[in-house]
Amino acid sequence: MSQNVQTRDSAAPVVPPKPSKWRTFLDSDIVYSWKRQPVVIVATLVTLIMFAAALFAPWIAPQNPFDPRQLELIDAFTPPMTTSDFTGNFYLLGSDSQGRDVFSAILYGSRISLLVGFAAVIFALVMGTALGLLAGFRGGWRDALIMRIADVQLTFPSILMALLIFGVIRGFLPRSMHAEVAIIVLIIAIGLSDWVQYARAVRGATMVEKSKEYVQAARVIGLPARKILFQHILPNVMRPVLVIGTIGLALAIIAEATLSFLGVGMPATQPSLGTLIRVGQDYMFSGEWWILLFPGVALLILALSVNLLGDWLRDVLNPKLR
Amino acid sequence: MLAFLIQRVLQAIFVMFVVALISFSLFHYVGDPVLNMLGQEATEADRAALRAQLGLDQPVVVQFWNFIVNAAQFEFGISYRSARPVTDLILERLPATLELAIISAIFAVVMGILLGIYTALRRRSWLANFIMTASLIGVSLPTFLIGVLLIYLFAVELGMLPAFGRGQTVRIGDWWTTGLLTTSGLRSLILPAITLGLFQLTLIMRLVRAEMLEVLSTDYIKFARARGLSNRVVHLRHALKNTMIPVITIIGLQLGTIIAFAIITETVFQWPGVGALFITAVRFVDVPVMAAYLMMIALVFVVINLVVDLLYYAVDPRLRAQGGGK
Amino acid sequence: MSSTPSSDNQRPAQLSAAPVAGHEPGTAGQEPVLSVRHLRVEFPTRHGTLVALDDVSFDIAPGEVLGVVGESGAGKSMTGNAVIRLLEPPGHIAAGEVRLSGKRIDDLPEERFVPLRGRHIGMIFQDPLTSLNPLFSVGDQLIETIRTHLPMNEREAREEALKLLREVGIPAPENRIDSYPHQFSGGMRQRVVIALALAARPEFIIADEPTTALDVSVQAQILALLKRLCADHGTAVMLVTHDMGVIAETADRVAVMYAGRLIEIGPVDQVIRHPQHPYTKGLMASIPGIAKRLERLYQIEGSMPRLAAIPEGCAFNPRCPHAQQRCRDERPDLMPAGGSRAACWLHDPVDPLPPRQDAEGEEVSHVR
Repeated sequence: MSQNVQTRDSAAPVVPPKPSKWRTFLDSDIVYSWKRQPVVIVATLVTLIMFAAALFAPWIAPQNPFDPRQLELIDAFTPPMTTSDFTGNFYLLGSDSQGRDVFSAILYGSRISLLVGFAAVIFALVMGTALGLLAGFRGGWRDALIMRIADVQLTFPSILMALLIFGVIRGFLPRSMHAEVAIIVLIIAIGLSDWVQYARAVRGATMVEKSKEYVQAARVIGLPARKILFQHILPNVMRPVLVIGTIGLALAIIAEATLSFLGVGMPATQPSLGTLIRVGQDYMFSGEWWILLFPGVALLILALSVNLLGDWLRDVLNPKLR
Repeated sequence: MLAFLIQRVLQAIFVMFVVALISFSLFHYVGDPVLNMLGQEATEADRAALRAQLGLDQPVVVQFWNFIVNAAQFEFGISYRSARPVTDLILERLPATLELAIISAIFAVVMGILLGIYTALRRRSWLANFIMTASLIGVSLPTFLIGVLLIYLFAVELGMLPAFGRGQTVRIGDWWTTGLLTTSGLRSLILPAITLGLFQLTLIMRLVRAEMLEVLSTDYIKFARARGLSNRVVHLRHALKNTMIPVITIIGLQLGTIIAFAIITETVFQWPGVGALFITAVRFVDVPVMAAYLMMIALVFVVINLVVDLLYYAVDPRLRAQGGGK
Repeated sequence: MSSTPSSDNQRPAQLSAAPVAGHEPGTAGQEPVLSVRHLRVEFPTRHGTLVALDDVSFDIAPGEVLGVVGESGAGKSMTGNAVIRLLEPPGHIAAGEVRLSGKRIDDLPEERFVPLRGRHIGMIFQDPLTSLNPLFSVGDQLIETIRTHLPMNEREAREEALKLLREVGIPAPENRIDSYPHQFSGGMRQRVVIALALAARPEFIIADEPTTALDVSVQAQILALLKRLCADHGTAVMLVTHDMGVIAETADRVAVMYAGRLIEIGPVDQVIRHPQHPYTKGLMASIPGIAKRLERLYQIEGSMPRLAAIPEGCAFNPRCPHAQQRCRDERPDLMPAGGSRAACWLHDPVDPLPPRQDAEGEEVSHVR
């Protein structure tokens, strides 16, 4: 199994009629396993569609829900699948108290959810990988310090860490700035709460690689440490990092939604899916169920698909983790 | 045994020390406590007086020592927001959180273990497959969304259960209030407890199932069958005990997570517990409450970790031997 | 390993019994404790059904030791697992019957089969390190087994457990009975396993490679113990092993398996000294000690077919130096051959195939 992915690069000279990289990719176990699992195929398609919808939201959405000039207050609380009697606008998934089209809000909302999710994962990934490499390669007090911090942080659930970090960062900022920088604070909070897993995996893999002969040989011939680290060790530790990253994306999306729902994430002026659900909750009892339910379903589908993909990728790339 | 215990206790103390340091730094460096408590209009004299009263004019090390001494006596100062002692705020909300957390934990552990055993033993039945598929959805869903959807279904659409609050409570002793003795209190507890427990339930169930399947394929289980032991004895005495060793650790850690995740459930159901208090504190940067909550959660986690280690030790004779028993 | 056939055999009467039609040699006049007829075990897989055991028939007399040999994958362990009905799903008995002291047991419902295990059919597995539950003391496991089968209270069962431990040669059993498996050495653990398997005095036990996982120095002790205990209690043994030395020293009769089929069965000295099936001949020639005249050990060309690709006719035909058209078309049953019985057309009582001759007119032999 592990060979298969690597042969993508190395197999080419061996086989006489040189297969294209694409061809070898199609023959790999990953593709084979993908084709055999209808659930994974559906999850992939749904994920791709949601990513695309979020990316192209400004072109797909009937209105820009952030632009007050485009909102028709008179269309407030229009039920789903209804054309407004006042403005003639069609509301696929209904409208909210501001006359904001729920469908557009979901598109823009998932855009923010995905943006925060990706950015937080990259933040955690870079930080965790760097610290893991440092700890594993240099060892000594750096290793001890980084791993002790990781241990203490692991004692607590990451959502709690994210909440706390969020609170602390906000404490340093003047209150007027809170809404503006919410998205950055959120990314840092979620990213900081999640670096430990990467660091641990990378540290372990680095220590294994470091003890291998080729690294020892590279050291003997006097290659500078930086070169060994980036040319030899880093490529070898990337695989677990990518697996953790995929699952981490689902977790980061959920974390963002949770924080926003709790009212400590994205403000109502710049709503993510979580914010939309929080706002929609208020209208649940008065019969405007669509304001709550559709963003909820959107989040449900997004989280489920990304999670399924992550699980699958983990099983395919690293059966041992299971 | 003793060496093991001492090592664990030292580790626990270290974690508590680090958390105390963080809490103290929060208190000391995030915003100006004096400014926060007195507001902008106070005179310089008032500020100096409060500063002295809070001990903020002393060296940092002394302040940290005072903080630890106070924390050990559950003294965390005055809330910036409500101007009441943090300890009082937490104490009056603690029963709500603990009742919710304990009921959820029982629900999650009991159902998780039962369903885990069932899905492992009846691996091929359609019901087991259905439960496994459903659990996948359960693991992927954010807790708050489950809560919101449950409220929508059972409270709004079906009108069967209350949507928020704790219902009627009864006071026991000086400060404990309980919802467990009234019908409305019990009814109010159902949805939050399910919401809070569901994630842990699915996690425990999947873990028990995986471990059980692994144990069932071992030689000693095959040999137990070859000795003529009944399925009951093989499954519930031999397999279950071996399954529980790795499961205990995770369950223990999950219990701590339940208290932390109560933050979310309490917000969804407007449950008057410490979690909701903490969220309000984060929103309004009410540092003393944040610091106190952090210390409390840390204590819970550290104690649970310790208990799990000891339990582990009690169940597995191999560890006992290594610990220097015999 | 010595190649001496069991000269110290304690049951010569069974060995010398004449073959009777319809009965296995060695079981004449006595009701066999175990009787297997036309046993077939199948594994349904995604790529079709694999036949792991095909038309296997044999008997074991009370007190007799039947050795079962063959390469790994030949179906030796599968036979044992099928008899005690501990096949890994989706494997199952697809045809044939198994009788215990004349009573059919393969079609019993599971809840009526369970009480037979341990009480009437015991089993010992290969690896003593993993056969005992690490979380229960040795005494606990013995007592629970004894009390499952025998009407004893806790105290009596403990006495019995101590007796058993003493019997299998655990020194100072009173001090060891409350120890956990990890506190015993490999050999001691296998003694405990034997005590457990014999706890309810079954009349028949299956020993599946009981010494393979042990140090060579311990193997002989454990075998001697097993043999002595079974002789004392009159317990019949089906000894599954790939080690001919073990068979030579321990068994009364030996059954040779190949690709899920029984291809030769007979008294141990007959099979070792005068193997009848070409595969058995090759097998014996390839064993150091038994083939001691040789400078180089013999190797049978090729390898045993995978279960998914067993050839038509005799399963051994692609590797057999005597193979002829008939061997490729028709599957031979066991037929009398010398002092044993072999599944080979060379021994067809009606129309025996002539062995292939080479240029010098000598019979083609494995031994060169």
